[in-house]
Amino acid sequence: MTATITTTLTVNGRQICKAAPAHLSLLRWLRDVAGVTDPKYGCGEGICGSCTVLLDGEPVSSCLVLAAQADGAAITTASGLLEPDGSLGRLQRAFHVTHAAQCGYCTPGMLMAAAAALAGSQRLSRQEIRARLHGNLCRCTGYGPIVDAIELAQDEAADDRGK
Amino acid sequence: MTVGNDQAPSGIRTSKPDELHVVRQPLPRHDQAEKIAGSTRYAGDFAFASMLHARLVRSPMPSARITARDASAALAVPGVVAVLFGEDVPHNLIWVDVPGQTVEVAALKASMEVLTTDRVRFHGEPVALVVAETEDALAQACEQVVVDYEELPAVFEPDQALAAGAPRVHETGNLLSEWVIDRGDVDAAFASADVVVEGSYQTQPVDHAYLEPEAGVGWLDDEGVLNLRVATQVVEHYRDVARILGIPEARVRVIAPYLGGGFGGKEDMTVEPYLGLAAWRTKRPVRMQWTRQESLLARPKRHRMQLRYRTAATRNGQVIGQDIDITADSGAYAYLSALVLLYSSVHACGPYRVGNVRLRARCAYTNNPPTSAFRGFGGMQVVFGYEAQMDLLAGALGLSRAEIRKRNAIVRGDRLPVGQVIETEVLLAQAIDAALERAGDKPLPSGEGKVVGRGVACNLQSYGRCVWLNDSAAAWVGFQLDGSLSVRCAVPDVGGGQASSLAQIAAEVLRVPMDLITVHFGDSALNPLAGTTTATRQLLMSGNAVYEASSALRANVLRAVARTTGVPADGLALDEGLITGPGVAMALTEAIVLCRRLNVPIEALGTFFGPKGTPVVKNLQADRVFPDFTFGAHVCDLEVDLDTGGVELLAYVAAHDVGRAINPRSVHGQIAGAVAQGLGMALLEEVVVEEGVNLTAGFFQYLIPTATDIPDIDALILESGEGMGPFGARGIGEPPIGPPPAAVASAIEDALGVRPTRLPITPERVLHCIAAAGGGPLQEQR
Ligand code: FES
Ligand code: FES
Repeated sequence: MTATITTTLTVNGRQICKAAPAHLSLLRWLRDVAGVTDPKYGCGEGICGSCTVLLDGEPVSSCLVLAAQADGAAITTASGLLEPDGSLGRLQRAFHVTHAAQCGYCTPGMLMAAAAALAGSQRLSRQEIRARLHGNLCRCTGYGPIVDAIELAQDEAADDRGK
Repeated sequence: MTVGNDQAPSGIRTSKPDELHVVRQPLPRHDQAEKIAGSTRYAGDFAFASMLHARLVRSPMPSARITARDASAALAVPGVVAVLFGEDVPHNLIWVDVPGQTVEVAALKASMEVLTTDRVRFHGEPVALVVAETEDALAQACEQVVVDYEELPAVFEPDQALAAGAPRVHETGNLLSEWVIDRGDVDAAFASADVVVEGSYQTQPVDHAYLEPEAGVGWLDDEGVLNLRVATQVVEHYRDVARILGIPEARVRVIAPYLGGGFGGKEDMTVEPYLGLAAWRTKRPVRMQWTRQESLLARPKRHRMQLRYRTAATRNGQVIGQDIDITADSGAYAYLSALVLLYSSVHACGPYRVGNVRLRARCAYTNNPPTSAFRGFGGMQVVFGYEAQMDLLAGALGLSRAEIRKRNAIVRGDRLPVGQVIETEVLLAQAIDAALERAGDKPLPSGEGKVVGRGVACNLQSYGRCVWLNDSAAAWVGFQLDGSLSVRCAVPDVGGGQASSLAQIAAEVLRVPMDLITVHFGDSALNPLAGTTTATRQLLMSGNAVYEASSALRANVLRAVARTTGVPADGLALDEGLITGPGVAMALTEAIVLCRRLNVPIEALGTFFGPKGTPVVKNLQADRVFPDFTFGAHVCDLEVDLDTGGVELLAYVAAHDVGRAINPRSVHGQIAGAVAQGLGMALLEEVVVEEGVNLTAGFFQYLIPTATDIPDIDALILESGEGMGPFGARGIGEPPIGPPPAAVASAIEDALGVRPTRLPITPERVLHCIAAAGGGPLQEQR
């Protein structure tokens, strides 16, 4: 029998406490145990970034982290970027404006990588944005509209700060 | 307004830009917001509380006889519900030449077992299906299934497979299919030619590598219908599942939610038969999710091809003859190989007029992973051959690369080597000029030891399925009482905006605001069948079906108003919820009530039939093979590092005549995405198979382009206003993937003077070109 362990995580502000096999990755715990399906499975080996979430604010590939190791942490997924009224958040609106999702399967992970890239205060060039997305694969868009979205969100944030 | 085969045979459509209100608008797709919010539920995101889990046990060797199988240890694992072998499958056979709803494909009949019983032919072939209560029990049990193998002789090179005495992959022999074109007098053309150029080119197998691996859930509903909610491009596979289980087709339903990419890889069945089998046997909900490793290991790839070209031309650059030989690797099973090879044959001379053509294309069984559909579908690989020949001709004749192409570019009325006449307006020469103008001056090298090159490549790619397949699509459009609109059409949405485009077409005809339209898609039981989302056919087929249904609905409503007001229907206009005419101003909602009072339907079914043609068996001479073609021109700028052989892409322009852009944003998205996928094939990707063993079964080994590998892609939309889709649209899903490998090779040749002839163009291969350019030995490229 596989050992079971109880893990408590705050996912997008909601505390979830569940018992599950101890060897479960954070990705599988979120998807199969907690029913949070916006992080996607794409490779299970830390390459594709579809499973990217913020763990206490830092982007991680949730397929490579054990849920048990994350016990007590705050997790943010794509749906955690929504405004309190459920409408798209700023970064998400930028993705919408630039048509950055086609099949959309990479999008939840891409958004978290983008959120992490924009967390710093220095302005990123297009090339730097591309470098920050290195761990997130997209097979549909050719990446251009995703880079556009991050640039747009960055400009809007700068405008706000200017005000 | 009727369309289809009782109209003009060609079915060409047009539209005037200034008369369009919704079509041509770059509207946000209606599926975007949910996807960005993270709430779209893909095939693997759907779960039942007490569902079972299923997984396949696959062959570890490429060619062997199965001598024994034993499930007892696996069945002893706590939580295991079933272990199934081929004998447990009611009809253990998949007919692999008949995708979806069509009737026949030439003379080929080939099949494969759902679970192989006595023989394995490739590394990763399914041997057993295990079903368990938990993923952990499943993993344990799969390791406990005992299968004994006795290794058999194998063959891995198509050339060798076709040689006498080769080990037979199938009893019928290793030649799976062969196509021939014999047009004009090729020998005379070559004898009279001023210049003859010759080349041999090799393309590699590549993987679709969509981000969503194959997945789905199966369950029996309250009517006893087997439901499969799966990632598929073809909901009509419910027929195949019914045949395998020996139950009526009406008892199986396939639901395709939004896909995380397809690109042809979800055209053949993936999880469907196994999920169907598991749910049918256990009578419980079952989920199956393939791992990335499994997906890369065993699902069909793009065909590796050896292309041999001899091309004859006159002094002024007119191509007068092509002599072409194509050998493709089908891998262990037929799948769609015969059709893929048909595409290669039809597209082999490119978007150019050639009067004299001799072509032989053969496809061989080997013990490699199977190959099948992949965006571009055989029309893609040949671009790497025919465009290399055009550059060779340009060099031999001292013409620019643009000029040699423009002198031979197909225009309306020209005949393809198979015999089909191009009936629509073609803007190929204009696309070449537009792409070059946008590219501007060639960039300068960034420093010492760097050289810059510019490449040009054009292509044509059919849209719509081969006309022998009796293709059709149906759609239902109906007003609700509040004036909102429901569109029902079983089209699978693979991520290209298929459903959203249908809404835009209905909005144009019925002038209903986009946010009042709901599209119900991808359900084989509740929506009219629309056929496969493959072959760049959905805009043509479902688009026309929705256009037809919407037009009929509009006519119904206007007829009812005409009857009541006495104003003739053609004097009435429908616009944004209002019907107007001389002395008439009636709200649409009022007209809908009127329709019900007058027994006029407020819904309509439209069925669009694709153009027809008579199948040929081997010798390709036909008035029509495909409905029509899309043409394009690409320009690529890149820099080569002379020390490392590294290639950096600097800029990329892709221009296509799309007839009419229904949604320019979606068109841009299709072009940029296809170019990126083509660039991956050009520079990075290769499924490496050694002695039948797939060495690239993980994203660590199989590299696809990242954000730092791809430059900004400049997509140029040209609109001839003519195509066979609604409003004159042509398909654009596949066409832009063709030129990138040729454009990259062309640019490298421009930079170095030597052309890479083998894909992918790795730094090592570029270094070979550099050595050859410096006077080193010009060896066969490896
Ligand atoms: S699934 Fe975690 S990186 Fe791919
Ligand atoms: S939108 Fe499909 S993988 Fe990125």
